[in-house]
This record gives sequence, structure tokens and C-alpha cells, in this order.
Amino acid sequence: MAVAREATPVESAADVRDADLDREDLIQIYRNMLITRGIEERGHILYRQGKIPGSFYTGRGNEGAAVGVATAMRAHDVGAAVQRDMGVHVTRGTEPWRIFAQYMGRVDGLAAGRDGNVHMADLRLGLIAMVSHLPAMMPVAVGCALAFKIRKEHRVAVGWSGDGAMARGDAHEAMNLAGVHRLPVVFVVDNNQYAYSTPNRLEFGVDHLADRAEAYGFEGVLVDGTDVLTVYREAHRAIEKAREGGGPTLLELVTLRMEGHAVHDDAFYVPRELLEAYTKKDPIERYRRWLKEQGVLDEVAEDAVSADVKKLLGDALKRADESPLPAPESVLDGVYAEPEELETPHHQ
Amino acid sequence: MATKTYLQAISDGLREEMRRDSRVFLIGEDIGVYGGAFKVTQGFLQEFGDDRVIDAPLSETAIVGGCTGAALMGMRPVCEMQFSDFVSCAFDQLVTVAAKQHYRVGTPVPIVVRLPSGGGFSGGPFHSQNPEGFFAHCPGLKIACPATPADAKGLIVQAIRDPNPVLFFEHKHLYRRIKGEVPDGEHAVEFGKARVHREGSDISIITYGAMVYTAEEAAQAVADRDGTSVEIVDLRTLTPWDKQAVMASVAKTSKVIVLHEDTHTSGFGAEIAATIAEEVFENLDAPVRRLTAPDTPVPFSPPLEKAYLPQVEDVVTAIEELSAY
Repeated sequence: MAVAREATPVESAADVRDADLDREDLIQIYRNMLITRGIEERGHILYRQGKIPGSFYTGRGNEGAAVGVATAMRAHDVGAAVQRDMGVHVTRGTEPWRIFAQYMGRVDGLAAGRDGNVHMADLRLGLIAMVSHLPAMMPVAVGCALAFKIRKEHRVAVGWSGDGAMARGDAHEAMNLAGVHRLPVVFVVDNNQYAYSTPNRLEFGVDHLADRAEAYGFEGVLVDGTDVLTVYREAHRAIEKAREGGGPTLLELVTLRMEGHAVHDDAFYVPRELLEAYTKKDPIERYRRWLKEQGVLDEVAEDAVSADVKKLLGDALKRADESPLPAPESVLDGVYAEPEELETPHHQ
Repeated sequence: MATKTYLQAISDGLREEMRRDSRVFLIGEDIGVYGGAFKVTQGFLQEFGDDRVIDAPLSETAIVGGCTGAALMGMRPVCEMQFSDFVSCAFDQLVTVAAKQHYRVGTPVPIVVRLPSGGGFSGGPFHSQNPEGFFAHCPGLKIACPATPADAKGLIVQAIRDPNPVLFFEHKHLYRRIKGEVPDGEHAVEFGKARVHREGSDISIITYGAMVYTAEEAAQAVADRDGTSVEIVDLRTLTPWDKQAVMASVAKTSKVIVLHEDTHTSGFGAEIAATIAEEVFENLDAPVRRLTAPDTPVPFSPPLEKAYLPQVEDVVTAIEELSAY
């Protein structure tokens, strides 16, 4: 028996106006989704070319979920996104060439070669770099929200997790602490139905992960994560509620992981019918269709966006490839921060 | 200068930093209304309010992870593990998140984790440990282990001002037993500078925390008996540790005991002994002697705990053996 509220889909233009989006916003969302997928598709090519060391992880199928939430965040809000959330980095303004450099372990990557894949973030864009041990970023997001509450700032933190990581204790401790202090934080679960090879039914015993919110004293919302506008609307509601002092919300965004856990995994264990069903629900195709039906996007505009994204990513690849690999002697640098690094406006 | 207990000195350091810097706040279990299990933060809630003195649920992971998030947002969080033993529950947030953030993406994480540690009270296996060794192995963390009231204040102040995650091991057995002169007002002690607790010329004891006093009693006993002159070097901080001071003492005495309350294998003493062997082997007139707790959990019953913790007589015996070598 579900406890969480099921989000009503955004359908009409009136719904969109209600969600505070104008035409420009709608096109920007589309563009960010295309960039997100384009980056990861080009990542596959780089991987096959042997330019990406280690493994390679993507978030295909999660573009709407990631872009939807990030679009609802304001400039001064912060977030700790996880490995299927490239769309968050793109939407917050991370430059694609730096992401390609990150993939390839170059000095211009966001981790400058110290870490790879989506283990990156630009704090100046309000993002905090994830670690592998998820959902370790949920308590960190709670700490950001605690800082906002102490300083009485109207800012909100967003803490992401995947469905698999919700089985770990960090999730419980983070949501409990946030519930106790009614902190301005929104928890987002990218539920792509698989934790590596483990399906939802072997991950949790409740019907929906969002049902757990009730136990922490706040609302849980179940959202179709392939529907970017519905994700946006629910994230917007939750973020603004948190900003107004209404406490946390847990958003469960249901998608399907459309590729393996990482590039080495062919995901043979995902039933074909499920993959086919979600192929039909592809977040980008779905949204493109809706934009055309609503008359937001015509052929000319669509081609213009596609060409623009193609050029952006082509240039980005070229620029990233010019970025050097780190010098071996720099391996010892930066284990510890120096005092002057705290003498920034951000830290004062 | 005023005479203070070790506990008062920590409390003063925290209070003065909170008065000086509105970014400093405290979070932990029972630190507010109750004033902390050991009363280090007594009166803080009344002075600073519940926004800056936060009673947290039993959630070491969320407490430490929360500190990291708040630090990234420009705050200077200080959290308390009620007993240092419980830091095991926050291991991941320290070792995986806080310690590696600066190296990975260049963002400083200025947090302090206060860790009441050490045995001697029949606290048993879960309220008596000295877990500094786990964290000394992790690049990106700093570790302070004050022995005197002056250092307790100076190092907690420095820990709060340091731009890195600092583990502050405060020894429970020193809280009220040890009194000493503490400089009034602003007082910070630089990390990585050892202190010669007692000058001597025959044997060096390299130690930290409560074992400084065990070493001192032993040194006094042998001095009174036969004039053996023991030098005691108090490391004060383990990460970074003052190699130069240790090597200078070894050059002077040529015989070394490394003493700590933590267990033996892979304890921090192993690092000191290995470094001495690597760097100043030719200065040694005897093998480096490690004196530590044995490789067991901390036992509960008094005779067992006494057998576990290095005692003054153990140090005396080690001094005698080294003298005779």
C-alpha cells in the first residue's frame, strides 16, 4: 500500500505556466537534456578510442530527472548529485569541455585527474563532488541545509541518492536529522530500478522508496522520472516549500537505467520487455514530442538547437583533447588545504 | 596565566573561538542541555543558543557528514563523538568524504571532530579505545593528541582554524586529573611541533596524550633511584608529526622508547620506530623499543585493564633494559 503522494503529470500549457516556465525555459530544458545525452554518447566513443582510463558510467534514461530537478534549483541553492546526474552539472553550467577532460583524466577536468567520471563538481556552481560510497552525499547535503538554517539564509540543499544506496544507513541518518530539525533540504532518489544487477524487489520491502518519508515526518512524492516537466514541477514545489521553512521532501524519480551499471556491463539481467517499455518512454523523445504538440518547438527551432549542441560538443571534445595529462610529480600536491584557501568570500 | 584543568582548557578554547567567530558551531549527542557527557560544553547552550549548540540524534554518520556539508558552505563546525570509540560509525564520512575532498576537487573541509578517548576507568571494549591509528593512516586528516591543559586549549583553537578535517583526541583520564598553567586569551599551538616535556640525556621516550604522565612518573623514579636521565618528547600532533624533534632527541640519547596507549601492531609507534630506523640508524646504540597496549580489545575488569594499559613499572623495566643494552 503506497503512502507517498503520486505526482500528477504535467500535461497542458496551463500546467507549465503554473510551474513558472516560459518558452525560453522550455527550450533551455530541451537543450540541457540534449547536451547531457550528447556528452555521454561522446563519452562512449572516447572510451572505445581508449581515451578514458578505468571504467565509464552514464545516466542514459535519467536526463529528464536530473535536468528537471536542477532547473528547479535557484542560483544560490546547492546540490550533491550522483552518478546518473550529468544533467545536473550541465544545467548548473559546467562547461562540457571540462567534463570531457574529466573523463580523460586531464588537468582541466573538474578533478584535474585526481578522480574520474561523474566524481566531480564545481562548488562555485553550487555543486559538491560525489564519492562512490553512496548515499554519503545525503548527510553532506543535510549539513549544507544546517548551515543555511543557522545563518537564516533562504537557500535550499538538494541531496541525491540512487535506489540501491537507499538501503544504507547514511540515508536513514540524513533523513532523520533533517526531519528532526525541519531543514531546508530536498532528497532526490534516482530510482532506475537496478543497483548494478540487483532489482528493486531485492533492495527494499516497501512499495515505494518515497513511502519512507512519512517515517521521518515529511512528505514523499512518487514521480515519473522520464517526464521532465513533472519532475520540474515537483522539485520546484519541494524546493520552495523547504525555502519557506516547510522542511524536507523526499522525491522518488522512477526511470530505468538504459545502459549497464558501467560500460563493461551489458545488463543482460534487465528484462527485454522492461527495456522496450522504457525505450518508448525515453525522456528526450517524450519531451520533444510534447514541445512539438504544444507548438513550442518547430522544425526550424529543433534543428537550430541540435546544430548548436553538436557544435558545442564538437568544440568541447577538441578543446578537452588539447588539455594535458597531469604531471606525475604533482601527485603529492593538495592532500591538505592551506589556510589562505579559506580566505575567500565563500568561506567568510 | 591561570591554572586550569585539561577539561576547562578545552572548554575555554571552544568558547573563545565561538565568541570570536560566528561561523563556529557545535553538534553532538547530549552536548546542549546536558552539557556533554563529560561536561566540556556545560553552559554553551545558554550562551550561544540552540542554533550553534545542537543536540543531535544518535547519528555519527549524519553528524560528521553534516559538518562536512556545513564546512563547504563556509561554517566552522566542531562535532563531538561522545566517546572516541563511536567514531567507527562515522569512519566513512571522515575517510571517504572529508579526507579526500580537497585532494580530489580542491575544496577545503575545515571540520573538527572531538574524541574523548582512552582507558583507565573500566569503560570496557567500547568506551576506552584510542583509535588514532586508523586515522593516522589516512592522508587528508590531521590528528591532535594534547597532553597538557595549555596544549588542550592551544590545539583545539588551532584545530578550529585549520582548513582541514582535524581529529582532536582528548584523553578522558586527563580531563580533571591534570591541572596546569594556561595562557589567558588568544592561544593557539602550531601543529607538527613537538614539545620536550622533560629534558634528559640517556634515553628518549617518544609519546603523546596520557602516556606523557606515565613516562614522567617512570622517568622520575629512575632519576631518583640511580640518576638515569630520561628525555620525554610529547608529540602533541600525530598528523603532522615532528620528525625533526624526535630525531634531535635520538641524536642526543641514542636509545629510544616509543610509548602509546593504543594497541601494538600498526600503531603509530610503528611509524615512529620505522622512521628512526630509516633516517638515523647510525645514531642508535640499541634497538628501538615499542611499549604499547597488547593486540587485544580493551578489557573491562580492573586487573585485566591494568594488565592491558602500559603502567609506570612497565616503562621503568623498559628503561632498565635499554640502559643495560
